[in-house]
Amino acid sequence: MEIPKSFLGYKRENGRAGTRNHVIILPVDDISNACAEAVANNIKGTIALPHSYGRLQFGADLELHFRTMIGTGKNPNVAAVIVIGIEPKWTKRIVDAIAKTGKPVEGFSIEGVGDIDTIAKVSKKAQEFSMWASEKQREECPISDLWISVKCGESDTTSGLASNPTVGNLMDKLEPLGVHLCFGETSELTGAETVCAKRGKTPEAKEKFMKTWNAYNDFILKEATDDLSESQPTAGNIAGGLTTIEEKAFGNFQKIGSRQFIDVLEPAEEPTKGKGLYFMDTSSAAAECVTLQAAGGFNIHLFPTGQGNIIGNPIEPVIKLTANPLTVKTMSEHIDVDVSKILSRQMNLDQAGDELIKATLRVANGRLTCAEALGHKEFVMTKLYRSA
Amino acid sequence: MASTDIIIHDEKDNVGVVVIEKITQNQDCNCWIMENDKSVKIQSKNDIQLGHKIAMVDLNEGDTILKYGHDIGKVIKSIKKGEHVHVHNVKTKKW
Repeated sequence: MEIPKSFLGYKRENGRAGTRNHVIILPVDDISNACAEAVANNIKGTIALPHSYGRLQFGADLELHFRTMIGTGKNPNVAAVIVIGIEPKWTKRIVDAIAKTGKPVEGFSIEGVGDIDTIAKVSKKAQEFSMWASEKQREECPISDLWISVKCGESDTTSGLASNPTVGNLMDKLEPLGVHLCFGETSELTGAETVCAKRGKTPEAKEKFMKTWNAYNDFILKEATDDLSESQPTAGNIAGGLTTIEEKAFGNFQKIGSRQFIDVLEPAEEPTKGKGLYFMDTSSAAAECVTLQAAGGFNIHLFPTGQGNIIGNPIEPVIKLTANPLTVKTMSEHIDVDVSKILSRQMNLDQAGDELIKATLRVANGRLTCAEALGHKEFVMTKLYRSA
Repeated sequence: MASTDIIIHDEKDNVGVVVIEKITQNQDCNCWIMENDKSVKIQSKNDIQLGHKIAMVDLNEGDTILKYGHDIGKVIKSIKKGEHVHVHNVKTKKW
């Protein structure tokens, strides 16, 4: 198949391109959720991104909170941003960082004003942003403007056999065209960690990966209870035929095809070394992982599943594929791409990869994903440790 | 094309994965190697269900199981070619 060289995206002020055109109402902290949701309810064409944290955090955990907030606002799928916090200082820090992209952004704080007057004030600004964004048109953008993140979930043996390798096939075909790619899931590479490290393009990338994985493993060994070996793989995994954590990890690892990664990113960190594949240190929990990848600037997500994960994200469209014929049948409203014919050899990986590329471009051009149509917008902050 | 009962990821692998609902004891199975698109045959020694693994060669205690061309664990009880490979005869090397 000849791969299209362009898609129809929204060109942003900083040169990036979006596959979506959201106006977001971003609460800095948990107690500002009510205001953000009230504004999004008032003003059509806006979405609130409520979450559970943002108070009394400190150190690396607070920095991750800011990085996630700022990265979410900077994402090119977002046209304009309203930031609402209880206090002005942290609100301003987020607003100033997002403003560097050149997109419209304005911050409001609730303290000394109260919810009702804040909602009235913010609603006026949100209306202005929503109507401004509604005039944005999709334009032809080079395929290299796609930043594709990947993560699998509710995996079974069909994931490692077919749906994950399909994503790998897509990576092998699209990386030479200059796209950015990102995989994560530090915990679920256990068993494949040394093989994964070898995929580092430079000695620094290899070393950084092992350092990241070792830090995770040390944490696990410190916190683990006696039953860890029964948690990875889980009883469900074992019933499905997965025998060891190594087998599960190598199934996961199929998603990067034969690519090498050029750098290791902190959670929610934006890549800065140009086109190519990046590893991001993330949890293997679906919503946390995709939220971090979206905050890193990725604008379209591929999610292979076996048993049928249903996750979506408010700003980054999540495309689901599965090779499990039963899941295709029982959970059809969640599956964007069916590659189950690989198992019966009525489809090969090359064909499946092409199908996934076609589906990815349709979604990049504006087609809603199943998760979007169903209203899935899980926005979940990663928290490193307890608050002060 | 004959139907495929078992898929093997990599030419080096010593196990394959059942991709039909179930294979039964003494069934002559068609296996497909994804990596090089070759076909091989094997006779099963057990009933094995969808997603579960079958030994493609005789394996001794201490041998390494290869899947995806990589080490996914060690044999803890010898396994004959065609037998079911799972937690009763294979263990992780991690824990």
